[in-house]
Amino acid sequence: MRELSLHLLDIAENSISAGASRIVISVREDLVADELWLEVSDNGKGMSPEMVEKVLDPFVTSRTTRKVGLGIPLLKQAAEACNGFLTLESEPGKGTKLIAKFQHSHIDRMPLGNLEDTIITLILTTPSVNWVFRYQYNDRVFEFDDMELKEALGNLPLSDFRVIKFLSNTITEGVQEARNITTKEGVVYANH
Amino acid sequence: MPTIKSIDDLKRLREEAQKVKELRDQTGKTQVVVGMGTVGIAAGARETLKAILTFIEDQHLPDIILRQTGNIGLGGQDPVVQVILPGAETVTYGKVTPAMATRIMEEHVVKGIIVQEFRIEA
Repeated sequence: MRELSLHLLDIAENSISAGASRIVISVREDLVADELWLEVSDNGKGMSPEMVEKVLDPFVTSRTTRKVGLGIPLLKQAAEACNGFLTLESEPGKGTKLIAKFQHSHIDRMPLGNLEDTIITLILTTPSVNWVFRYQYNDRVFEFDDMELKEALGNLPLSDFRVIKFLSNTITEGVQEARNITTKEGVVYANH
Repeated sequence: MPTIKSIDDLKRLREEAQKVKELRDQTGKTQVVVGMGTVGIAAGARETLKAILTFIEDQHLPDIILRQTGNIGLGGQDPVVQVILPGAETVTYGKVTPAMATRIMEEHVVKGIIVQEFRIEA
């Protein structure tokens, strides 16, 4: 995988497979502390401690015995190669939380990539899940909970072209706004 | 048909009716399914899906059911896209690039003509 946002998509797929009804994806870029944090938490069926061990180890089991593939070991390796780590907390019946931390400025850190497309893909293709997306850039936060959107839609399907456009604009602008400072005059400065 | 004894029974009945209705609504619509397992994502499934979304947006296509599925289980054929027209069999396409996805949308989803050259055995 070439982008961290593709890893997020992959990790979120595990949460869908675990039967989660609510999945929270959060990305935090802290340029002051030079850290990049990724977090995916769900209320799915969860895993036993033994299962967590297996999921983290790429060599113990084959895909026929579990649904989770190589995605997690790959992300773990990527985080560790960038002075970071990956943790997986899980409890059967409660859910799972995955956290990955990277040194933001590390030369080997993959780019975040197209975060917006990852989020839009998840919301549009798995409407049965309540998706929450949280993006933080230094101290500015953009948060999107698709519950409100779904309630407002009523019978209109999520895959309606107008809804796709709205969603796409909302997520893209939200992330961009968090990354930039908008002055009262409406002038946008990059915040680096 | 069980007798309705309580408000809860009524609610259950309403929910069942709603489910049947949803099922009927779904079978009457075209479905497009994209395989989003680890391999699919690494092979470019997100970009393929994005091309499908862009097509729906640009052409103002109403009423298409978009879905993702974990792993379709066709080794080496990712990204995989399946098209199910109402009342028709599932057609599976393999190694679908964004450009191919656009053509599948144009020809199969809009005009109903299967793009044979992209088709694979599922």
